[in-house]
Amino acid sequence: MSLSSGGAAPTQFRPDPEGTHPPLLSPDYASTRLRAPLKAPVDLPQRLTELTGPVLGEGLVRPGDADLTRGYAEEPVGQRIIVSGRLLDGDGRPIPRSLVEIWQANAAGRYRHDRDNWPAPLDPNFDGMGRTLTDEQGRYSFTTVKPGAYPWRNHHNAWRPAHIHFSLFGRSFTQRLVTQMYFPADPLFGQDPIFNSVPEAARDRMIADFSLADTQPDWALAFSFDIVLRGSDATPFQEGGS
Amino acid sequence: MKAEMLSTPSQTVGPFLSIGLTWEQGEFVVPDGTSGSFWVRGRLLDGAGEPVPDGVIETWQADPYGKFSHALLPLESAVEGFGGFGRSMTGPDGRYGVHTVKPGPVGDGQGGFQAPHLDVSVFARGLLHRVVLRIYFADEDEANADDPVLSALPDEGARATLIAQPDGAGAYTLDIRLQGDGETAFFTV
Repeated sequence: MSLSSGGAAPTQFRPDPEGTHPPLLSPDYASTRLRAPLKAPVDLPQRLTELTGPVLGEGLVRPGDADLTRGYAEEPVGQRIIVSGRLLDGDGRPIPRSLVEIWQANAAGRYRHDRDNWPAPLDPNFDGMGRTLTDEQGRYSFTTVKPGAYPWRNHHNAWRPAHIHFSLFGRSFTQRLVTQMYFPADPLFGQDPIFNSVPEAARDRMIADFSLADTQPDWALAFSFDIVLRGSDATPFQEGGS
Repeated sequence: MKAEMLSTPSQTVGPFLSIGLTWEQGEFVVPDGTSGSFWVRGRLLDGAGEPVPDGVIETWQADPYGKFSHALLPLESAVEGFGGFGRSMTGPDGRYGVHTVKPGPVGDGQGGFQAPHLDVSVFARGLLHRVVLRIYFADEDEANADDPVLSALPDEGARATLIAQPDGAGAYTLDIRLQGDGETAFFTV
């Protein structure tokens, strides 16, 4: 059996309900004004190209990539944290062996990037990039430092709440997602147009939970963040191959 | 059957995406020198026609025999080194490029075939959600005319925004316009 041409695509992913994702044109986030498409998108029926997705990992994830506090001469400055959770589909099924990519600012709120030049210190021991594959139960875990908040020029006195960028693939082109994970009870939420671009009822899904149970004594605070990608109603590709 | 769970919302990749998303050789869907391989290149442009230097283009496709590599049924493609996935960060001038081979016929689910195509995701600062397009090839006139996805677009102008043009030997060009004149025909999947 192979995934070749011919048969009808056997499984469809459910569309996310209204109120899940931010509108592309969210004028309070100024950069959307010239970048959000203005024409209504056309529905693309899910066929094999949309229902399949890459097998990633080999050569992309190196040992140690899930621990952002290692790899340099010293440890980075900042509050050491563990961020872990599960990658699930919309039916609650774990997604195993799937690539998770993260990037973030350092503890002072500075990214190691040419275009980030606000006066907060770079940390010579922190590059802010992590990668891992989910395990057989869909679990992932990163060790890092808590990123700082930082100012940006969107509006007067604008500050991004502390966040970690997450990139997920799941199993299909249709499930691809990039999001940001936030920390509980951040006082900066109220003034952040990126966080608030998401409909109110869905915002909590971007906020990690503090986990005392996972916190390691004398070592690191822990935060738990499960990520849910679109679900389907059947196990893909049990039939319909050629 | 487990209860349905609500999806995690999308957020922008932000301006510093290259820290997390840069892959060595990410642009190479197939290795340099693969028989029949070529570059697909273009610019990512905003509503003012300005280049978008903080974006990433991802492509996904079948191999020349119309087969996909997939997590549940990994394919050992007859094309050595073929994974089907490409990723190109946009440069300071908004340029992207992926090095690939033309995909083979993929069924349309109704007994026919789709024209050779790449599925494409675009992420950038200022995009709160990815946008999705397809890249088709101008030298596949006949297949393009019968393609169900191209046929569902409102007009010839919209179709033209998805068709990469030959650009000298071993290359195709397609600019992606996020907004305004010549706006690319984007899809919801």
